[in-house]
Amino acid sequence: MDDLNQNPKLGSADRPNSYIGRNVPRERAKKLLEGKGKYVDDILLPRMVHLSYVRSPLAHAKIKSINIENAKKIPGVLNIFTIDDIEKVCSPWQGVLGHLGEMRSPSQYPLAKDVVRWQGEPVAVVVANKRAVAEDASELVEIDYEDLDAQLDMETAMDKSTKVIHDDLGNNLFWTRTVNQGDVSEAFKQAHIVEEVTLDFARHTGVTLETRAIVADWDSSEERMTIYHNGQAPHMMQSIIAKHLNISEGLVRIISCDVGGSFGIKVHVYPDEMVTVAVSKLLKRPVKFVADRLESYSTDIHSRCHKISGKIGVDDKGKILAFEIDDLSGIGPFSVYPRTSAIETNQVLNLSAASYVVPNYKAKGTVVFQNKTPMCQYRAVGHPIAVAITEALVDKAANSLGIDRYEFRKRNLIPDNSYPTKTPSGVPLEDLSHQACIEKLKDMMNIPELEKYKKESLAIGKYKGFSIINMVEVTNPSPAFYGVGGAPISSQDGASIRLEGSGAVHISTSITEQGQGTEAVMQQIAADQLGVKVDTVRVTHGDTDATPYGGGTWASRGVGIGGEAVLKASRILKENILNIAAVIMQSEVNNLDVQDDHVIRKDGGEGISLKDLAQIVYYRGHELPPGTNAELIATASFSIEGVPFVFTNSAMGCLVDVDIDTGLTKIEKFWAVEDCGTQINPKLVEEQIRGGVVQGIGGALYEECIYDEMGNLTNGNMADYLVPMAYEMPDIIVDHVTTNSGRSILGAKGAGEAGTGGAPGAIMNAINDALIPLNTEVTSQPITPEKILKALGKI
Amino acid sequence: MSYSNNVKISMVINNENYDDLTVETRQHLGDFLRDLGFKGTHLGCEQGACGACNVLVDGESVRSCLMLAVQANGKNITTVEGLNSSEMEIVKDCFVKNNAMQCGFCSSGMLMTTYEIIKSKRKYSREEIREMISGNYCRCTGYQAIVDAVEDSLNKINVGT
Repeated sequence: MDDLNQNPKLGSADRPNSYIGRNVPRERAKKLLEGKGKYVDDILLPRMVHLSYVRSPLAHAKIKSINIENAKKIPGVLNIFTIDDIEKVCSPWQGVLGHLGEMRSPSQYPLAKDVVRWQGEPVAVVVANKRAVAEDASELVEIDYEDLDAQLDMETAMDKSTKVIHDDLGNNLFWTRTVNQGDVSEAFKQAHIVEEVTLDFARHTGVTLETRAIVADWDSSEERMTIYHNGQAPHMMQSIIAKHLNISEGLVRIISCDVGGSFGIKVHVYPDEMVTVAVSKLLKRPVKFVADRLESYSTDIHSRCHKISGKIGVDDKGKILAFEIDDLSGIGPFSVYPRTSAIETNQVLNLSAASYVVPNYKAKGTVVFQNKTPMCQYRAVGHPIAVAITEALVDKAANSLGIDRYEFRKRNLIPDNSYPTKTPSGVPLEDLSHQACIEKLKDMMNIPELEKYKKESLAIGKYKGFSIINMVEVTNPSPAFYGVGGAPISSQDGASIRLEGSGAVHISTSITEQGQGTEAVMQQIAADQLGVKVDTVRVTHGDTDATPYGGGTWASRGVGIGGEAVLKASRILKENILNIAAVIMQSEVNNLDVQDDHVIRKDGGEGISLKDLAQIVYYRGHELPPGTNAELIATASFSIEGVPFVFTNSAMGCLVDVDIDTGLTKIEKFWAVEDCGTQINPKLVEEQIRGGVVQGIGGALYEECIYDEMGNLTNGNMADYLVPMAYEMPDIIVDHVTTNSGRSILGAKGAGEAGTGGAPGAIMNAINDALIPLNTEVTSQPITPEKILKALGKI
Repeated sequence: MSYSNNVKISMVINNENYDDLTVETRQHLGDFLRDLGFKGTHLGCEQGACGACNVLVDGESVRSCLMLAVQANGKNITTVEGLNSSEMEIVKDCFVKNNAMQCGFCSSGMLMTTYEIIKSKRKYSREEIREMISGNYCRCTGYQAIVDAVEDSLNKINVGT
């Protein structure tokens, strides 16, 4: 199988069909541009009805009564359901996993039962012939509530006087974890300096431009449920819907067509989506639900919402001795199913200080309930918090000792020749390149020039600052992430590849596409490995009936895991093709290869096209000797073994201007060096990083789900919730260091999280660098003009 | 109880006449076009913030979610499906080359804005391009690839040189 004579060497760009490492344009891009994408809201089915949810206007209240009589009278309304109807066909779920210690989260029902626990929780659902009619009727559903105290502030969640959201649990604690490596108390005593900081991170959310959407179509003739869902993990949804709707798993089909952005938002189980499926089962007809933008803000999972204190101890030579963090996070009233709302905090504990040699490490995470929108995993889970606290402390220590920030990092970053090793929290690390990345970044940034620019700007009253940060990025997770804890989430992915009668190659993959370029990279890997032109290859994904079983797209796992499966399947198919060709061409297999859609003789002489070969196999099999193994389809799968994750590393820096009169921050430049191992399509990698950086900038400077003291979400719209727009964004300069992962032939790691994970820390450090002459700092994200002016004592 | 009245309207969509169409007075143009099958018009926020639903009304880029269908009576509408002049084909090729879209949901609106940039027959700096597309939200790309694509388009179409 791995005979290098038969299998092309990766990255040898001078041979025909060497597509790995090339910027091949995405075939589907033109269709998407022309408005020909097929998104869930584009689906129209005969007899389809539409849903509108009646949602709780209150953060915490008892439901005393629900009166649907007036609403039912609206022409066009078919039904109005409450939990009494829905729970007959859809069972509740619990967002707990078994491998991370005790998690305490009660059953969550698809519609609120007796009590509402966040503003936006669905209470009733109206079914009508049109969405507008359903919305009209929703306004006439009368619900009588009895107000309960709302538990909003995570910092007072555990106070005795605070309202307990789930009476049975006795308090508002969901989960806690501690890590203790070495002896931090002793190390802090020995330290030459100790620096501390506390950082706040507001809640924000994913703001996918296409909102969540689902069409559920119960087919009575086949007794099966077909679901069009703009999700990321079709097989996970298949398993969950089968379980909670009590349908045999094989009779649930999930189809994900084009998806208008996901970023981790669309990989969770949402009550309104489960209810949509339940309504289809009850009414035995197609049902559509498309969230509107307010519903997105109040029901899409939120993320972050952390307060973290950190402490660093350093010796007089500038070596880090100890690192300690204490993180508090608020997750809304339920842990989200099935991934749970513990993972972000778990990542903060795993990833803080993870780029550095730290002999003593202590970390504590506490996760509490709140009467706010449920919080769960969004792009770069936990990374922004871990990176920002680590890099803030590192800058403080360097500045306190008077050591250049780059030099301080060089002394403390894990040396590139010391792998395999472990993070200070004990997670295995391998194949990383912090030292090489930061060196490259330093040269790209031209630090002496930046220092000069800062100084000259200061002389004319302008405050410029720059930063330089390091991080690890969790990608390509193994079963240790979710599967081991009991979630129906596959860590393995599969690929099936076949040569068709036309000579075309068809791949089906369990990896899904939300715009990253999944189709393109799978085409490139297959074409490269088979020796065919890239436009010969077609890809099917996002359909549980038509693809191998697998985990889907999340945690930057598509290329590293799903791509490896395509590589393996392609190599098997190529071997099969050569064996068949050897029979047809009466040649030794070793004398044959595939190039440009033809089997060629290495010594010259006449070859045969793959089309001819396929047609002999399919149409004229009698021309082959009896018993020939004429298998033109191959399937392979891949899963990461031996480590919990395949880590990627990055170094980033940015240059900011802080206007001390207005408090406005302008990002003048942003640089990133990423080591994601083998790049299949460097342009797509860079675009993952740039898009990720801009989402990170959003969290750092603009984005916040703002609640009032009653638990009302006050900015649930795109005019009041600020997102990064083009004018405020800088050009982002990206470069690479390449250290292949030893866990696969392909050697690819992931690249989707780094920007979002690293940018918030880079920006905060740059702003604080600019503020040094003014002897103040900012510690709360988003770093709004108001917070900067407050730090300056101006307001 | 009546929530909405129906009226008859006519308009030209992508150079084709649509006569005597019945529409609810409260329906916005974006929903109306989508109901007619012009699915390339995407609705992102329905409050005029995101720009995904931009269409051309008598040649000007308009938020179709902020205009009622009845207001488009007698007008000439272009949706992304009709955005196929030779110049716009160059623009699309530049978008593909630069990967100036990931999920594609913002692209139809972004192309309408680019149409206006191209139409003005001027050259623009990157900063000006950023300002001109800042009414269109894109969550995927971080905008740089889109700025590159618009810049490339301007160069290829050779305006102002």
